[in-house]
Amino acid sequence: MSIISEKITPADQLVSLFEHSRETLNQGSSPILNRMREVSIKRFAQAGIPDFRSEDYKYTNLKPAFEKNYRHELVRETGLINLNEVFKSNIPQLDAHLVFLVNGWFYSGNNPGAELPKGVVLGGLEQIANEQPELIQNYLNRQAGLSNDPFVALNTAFSKDGFFLFVPKGVLIEKPVQVINLLSSDENLMATQRNLIIAEAGSQVKIVVCDVTLSASSILYNTVSEIFAGEDALVDVYTIQNLNNLSTSINSAFCRQQRNSNLVTGIVSLHGGLIRNNLKVTFNGEHAEANVNGISFTDKKQHVDNNTLIEHSSPNCLSNQIYKNILDDESTGAFAGRIHVARDAQQTNAFQRNNNVLLSDKARMQTKPQLIIDADDVKCSHGATVGQINEEALFFLRARGIGEKDARMMLMNAFAHEVILKINLEPLRDRIDELIEKRLNGEISRFHDQLSE
Amino acid sequence: MLSIKNLRASVEGKEILKGINLEVKAGEVHAIMGPNGSGKSTLANILAGKADYEILEGEVTFLGQDLLELSPEVRSRSGIFLSFQYPVEIPGVPMVNFLKASVNEHRKFKGLAPLTAGEFLKLLRAKKEMLHLDTELTNRSVNEGFSGGEKKKNEIFQMAMLEPKLAILDETDSGLDIDALRIVAEGVNALKTPENATILVTHYQRLLDYIVPDFVHVLYKGKIVLSGGKELALELEEKGYDWIKNGNE
Ligand SMILES: Nc1ncnc2c1ncn2[C@@H]1O[C@H](COP(=O)(O)OP(=O)(O)O)[C@@H](O)[C@H]1O
Ligand SMILES: [Mg+2]
Repeated sequence: MSIISEKITPADQLVSLFEHSRETLNQGSSPILNRMREVSIKRFAQAGIPDFRSEDYKYTNLKPAFEKNYRHELVRETGLINLNEVFKSNIPQLDAHLVFLVNGWFYSGNNPGAELPKGVVLGGLEQIANEQPELIQNYLNRQAGLSNDPFVALNTAFSKDGFFLFVPKGVLIEKPVQVINLLSSDENLMATQRNLIIAEAGSQVKIVVCDVTLSASSILYNTVSEIFAGEDALVDVYTIQNLNNLSTSINSAFCRQQRNSNLVTGIVSLHGGLIRNNLKVTFNGEHAEANVNGISFTDKKQHVDNNTLIEHSSPNCLSNQIYKNILDDESTGAFAGRIHVARDAQQTNAFQRNNNVLLSDKARMQTKPQLIIDADDVKCSHGATVGQINEEALFFLRARGIGEKDARMMLMNAFAHEVILKINLEPLRDRIDELIEKRLNGEISRFHDQLSE
Repeated sequence: MLSIKNLRASVEGKEILKGINLEVKAGEVHAIMGPNGSGKSTLANILAGKADYEILEGEVTFLGQDLLELSPEVRSRSGIFLSFQYPVEIPGVPMVNFLKASVNEHRKFKGLAPLTAGEFLKLLRAKKEMLHLDTELTNRSVNEGFSGGEKKKNEIFQMAMLEPKLAILDETDSGLDIDALRIVAEGVNALKTPENATILVTHYQRLLDYIVPDFVHVLYKGKIVLSGGKELALELEEKGYDWIKNGNE
């Protein structure tokens, strides 16, 4: 007789949680969300949590993050957050339409809809899906549903809320929309959030997303966003990630662009234990343009991985990527940028660059560009560098009287500057410059440390 | 002001400076000449505090202080200025930010309050006019995309902003056309006072037509093999470096 003892994996536990919570999950939630759950949990169950053997997660091991015990907020909990305290946690203060989410749940904040142009809908996904399903049903999960990523499937199985923005045809939202995602819990928490942004033809909107942990606990934050840019639409999405060292963020964004649309994204990974960002852009019409950029700062044992995929499915489109990482201590980073030019996508322009600075001997960076080009008349390029601080420049600055620490700071700011310049929102650029300064002089880390005391 | 005694230094195990002695007093202009590879830049870099070199022996005092003990930034603030032979390009660091930080560090060291934005711009303008510099250079990143001549002019401009006690100009003349050379030389002459001193490092005598040195030293294979007055430069020009080489081999 033999006893087969099978270890219950974290993935099994999540599947079992789903099965036991089915009713809770469906309760109060629109059928649009609920009908995607079963197939998604099956997908997740089949895939499990990937390890280094998976091509997509070769450089980012999420297994340890999933092995911790987490609390789940399957229903809205009315935690009180003092909004006046929030901006002290290094969230850029902007003149913006402001909305707040707490642990993935939308809180209306200061009535953001009040001054928005007519027809714009800004709110929580749960509520809008119930009240105006017609706005959502043709978009939700249309892109994410095609993904093979297990964490996207997990998100779809569990997600109940997130932020929703609809900008109707031809409407321009002057001020940026600022979405503040607060993460706060006394115990470890797994938070799931689902966002949907629809910018109809000819509309314009700039969105600033700020993720921040307000407690010392470990948070596993799994967020999926789908962004639709209609014909001629101009959509900017800037994200600032600022999580404590125990937290993990898996952030997946799917962007679909119609003819002539213009998308700009910028992701600033300021602080966080483990951050994995997935970004997919699909061109679904000619003459569309996407500028996608990122900058990350890591130290201690932090890890940031940016994974991009640009699907040039239509001819005459332009994509431009610049990703940079500044790595200190024993921190690690990864960048995998895939560009796929379909057979008919002639006259494609696709550029990609990944530059990295290692500030210590123990920091490591993995960079992997991948160009798959099935058309013949295209201009594509990619380049990657991994280097140290330019010692000659450092000596030059010091030889002009600037102290070593300040000189290093200047050079790191200069390195980051190229990415910051891509942000089409001057007040945000200035705030980010300040945050980078705080990051590099240790203030941001001290903020997180002090919460754990 | 500056006193170098029996300075020996090596890089990567190779001895480059083999016992340099040099005394520079306030108000003097010294020219250090010598063929390529003699160690001129090595000497200039060591004085400015570059860390690539190992000091084997000797001492350097500057205004009574042990210079070799000081960090590059403190040397700069104390009044040493090196005009680099190959000024480095630093994309992303705007000239204006860099200059302001530099000037204010120097002021802080002297116990002066930092310049306000307005005061700084005024100083910037005054120095530009003094050097007949086109205004465009300060709107860019440090040396980014500058021509060789622009880089050298930019070095002299920084010198004008910082008003050093001891300026070490490493081949500031090389790569300049006659007009640029004149601008650079006029700048150096205009900044000259009885209180400061200049070391001109060059391997051509051309610059010395514009900036007249009090002393000329010939550095060859890590040693000063000849010293003299300004006529020495002319003699070198006439006879060429072979004259030195033959005499020393
Ligand atoms: N960082 C360095 N590493 C290796 N060799 C060096 C370095 N700096 C200078 N040298 C060597 O030292 C010698 C003197 O160089 P340098 O001081 O630049 O001469 P000069 O300025 O008189 O032309 C040369 O042989 C040069 O190759
Ligand atoms: Mg030289």
